[in-house]
Amino acid sequence: MAATIELEVATPERELVREQVSEVEIPGRNGYLGVLPGHAPLVGLLGIGTLSFVAGGVKRYFAVHSGFVEVADDHVRVLANVAEAREEIDVHRARNAYQRAIEASINPSLGLDPAAALDAMMRAQARIATAEKQ
Amino acid sequence: MPSLIDIRRRIRSVKNTQQITKAMKMVSAAKLRRAQDRTIASRPYANIFRTVLGNVAAAASGDERVAANPLLARREERNVLLVLVTADKGLAGAFNTNLIKGAQRFAAERKDANVRMELIGRKGRDFFRKRGAAISGEHVGLGNKARYEDVAAIARKAMDLFRGEEIDAVYVLYNEFKSVVAQKLTLSRVLPVELPEQAGSVDYIYEQPPAEMLEDLLPRYVEMEFYRALLESVASEHAARMTAMDAATSNAADMIERLTLFMNRVRQASITKEIIEVVSGAAAAE
Repeated sequence: MAATIELEVATPERELVREQVSEVEIPGRNGYLGVLPGHAPLVGLLGIGTLSFVAGGVKRYFAVHSGFVEVADDHVRVLANVAEAREEIDVHRARNAYQRAIEASINPSLGLDPAAALDAMMRAQARIATAEKQ
Repeated sequence: MPSLIDIRRRIRSVKNTQQITKAMKMVSAAKLRRAQDRTIASRPYANIFRTVLGNVAAAASGDERVAANPLLARREERNVLLVLVTADKGLAGAFNTNLIKGAQRFAAERKDANVRMELIGRKGRDFFRKRGAAISGEHVGLGNKARYEDVAAIARKAMDLFRGEEIDAVYVLYNEFKSVVAQKLTLSRVLPVELPEQAGSVDYIYEQPPAEMLEDLLPRYVEMEFYRALLESVASEHAARMTAMDAATSNAADMIERLTLFMNRVRQASITKEIIEVVSGAAAAE
């Protein structure tokens, strides 16, 4: 069994990661999935959250949402509509988005549909949480 | 016979035009590079997506929810939406003309169907608006820096119309980027969705039931197809403009050469004429 797995993280606009990693943690729709080398083939939808992996002893974080993950033959492929490395996240913007989402969910007169507001809130939360990882 | 000054003026004017076409060629080459990079960057996503969708579709094929998925529903094509991807700017050879002709042919071939158009790009919009075609929406200025989100919004609108059975099929007409010198006019049907073939049969663990995953993946697949068409079109546009401007630049060079030759001949002729005049004047005086 290989000691590492190849991780690919791609959005429609670009490929963010293509690396040999020793472990990956993926935010699935039904909760986090940990993937180690030798994992059985799997496909699942992506939730909103923080993707983390260890490559060469360094742990890195990405905020991701909307998409899916495929695990096969020591390959992990994460396709997300949006993925941002921890270093790229604009925390200030995320906090503002979080505030706006909360206001929109309390105050339906703003015209945002509550499910969308909740979604926006979770996305902002995931970004902030990712940015604050050490 | 034109005077020397006229020809000189003409040469200067052609030279100026040549400078412009040369600059445009250079700009297009730079933009083409960027567009190509973006097209290449989007490929891994598209490839993996197709493979996984094929597998999920195969796994979900027994489920009756799949057959009921509105994005797969085949209906008689009575109302058709044509998404036409043109450029915002001209001077790109036959780029826009081919697209517009293609769109007119498309409509002519479907006489009994009601064809509506969703126009991306200024050139197509201007043309069909002037002719009063049925337009469901227009998007100008998307081109170069189109973000996925913007394109996805157009795709979602088309999907809503399709789900609401206002339209029975959606086609996208665009120029596919084959190479710098070749762009291929491509018409592809995006709705109802044609599921990709299953690549290889891997015994997956499905985190969610395949039918449920399919419901989530299909709209994304359609969005991706739209995005891909736009990226291809942008790359083609710059390639077409680059080729057109290259041809224009070398045509200008030919023209300058011919005019210079002509100018020299005219000058020569006038000198000869003057000499004859002097000589014959001197002869008369003797």
